[in-house]
Amino acid sequence: MPNEEDLIRARQRSRSRIMALLLGGFAVLMFGISIAKIKAGQVHPKTPHHAVVP
Amino acid sequence: MTTTTAQPIALPADWRDFLALTKPRVMTLVVFTGLCGMLAAPVQIAPVLGFTAILCIALGAGAAGALNQWYESDLDAKMKRTAGRPLPAGRMDRQSALHFGVGLGAFSVILMGLAANMLAAGILAVSILFYVLVYTVWLKRRTPQNIVIGGAAGAFPPLIGWAAATGHVAALPVLLFSLVFLWTPPHFWALALFMKSDYAAAGVPMLPVVAGERATRTQIGLYTIPMAIAAIAPWALGLTGVIYGLTASLTTLIFAGLALQVSLRTTGAGDTMRPEKRLFAWSVLYLFILFGALVVDRWVIS
Repeated sequence: MPNEEDLIRARQRSRSRIMALLLGGFAVLMFGISIAKIKAGQVHPKTPHHAVVP
Repeated sequence: MTTTTAQPIALPADWRDFLALTKPRVMTLVVFTGLCGMLAAPVQIAPVLGFTAILCIALGAGAAGALNQWYESDLDAKMKRTAGRPLPAGRMDRQSALHFGVGLGAFSVILMGLAANMLAAGILAVSILFYVLVYTVWLKRRTPQNIVIGGAAGAFPPLIGWAAATGHVAALPVLLFSLVFLWTPPHFWALALFMKSDYAAAGVPMLPVVAGERATRTQIGLYTIPMAIAAIAPWALGLTGVIYGLTASLTTLIFAGLALQVSLRTTGAGDTMRPEKRLFAWSVLYLFILFGALVVDRWVIS
């Protein structure tokens, strides 16, 4: 049935779009985590690796 | 020559159904208490790492919710409140829910370990497993004490938030854990009193179904006492300042008043259960106010 197939395709497309957004967000997040870790390690090498002393 | 008949292709679940599996409304309180646990810590965490830790708490809670719905789809189908969820409503197949829950849980724990530390990741893993295995699989269908012990699962977020920021556990987050743990029984039993018929229809042995309304009302009153002590304790022990102390005293007094009203009353036929609904609504607001006051107090002091 073409209608049902259209519905399946539409749903697959919307799921793919959400997945792409999530993966993009994850890539940005990993980049941010890496930068924060590098920065924290350089500024305060003796403090816990994730902490920024105010 | 063989003929093949066209098999109907199953409609893939909508992404909104995956979102619904994570119980977003429950997640708000979990995220808020986790965030407050982190902000109340004496160490300032880098914003991106703090954001990731809170995201992991949210994803972990979502995973636990998804696995809970996967395991309980038969119960959910029998209850009016939950019959419209993706699995009982037939909008998603069980395997997708299971894969989603396991994948999300593993992802949240690994990401927490990478962004924060192993202690926070470990507590997050324990909280997910506790909710799924101890509460959902073991206790929920067996004992009216299900939400008393199971309440620990919802009490972990402030501890995780604190651990993510500091890398260790201290007295204050343990007290916050105790507070949420002891808050859970009066909160859920107030709900169970006005949703009694739903739980009875599903065969869930909630206290009002098994022991009756009178015993439940008494238990609500009794559990409010240690909860009030846990709420005031951070101030009494000098772990927080006067802002938290006064807020906790006032809001706990209101909570105790509402709980007392619920524990003393008896209901007749056609009762609208307004005091019970009021206690339930206040119990949610109470936790938001208390944790908010904790953060404000910490910021003012520092």
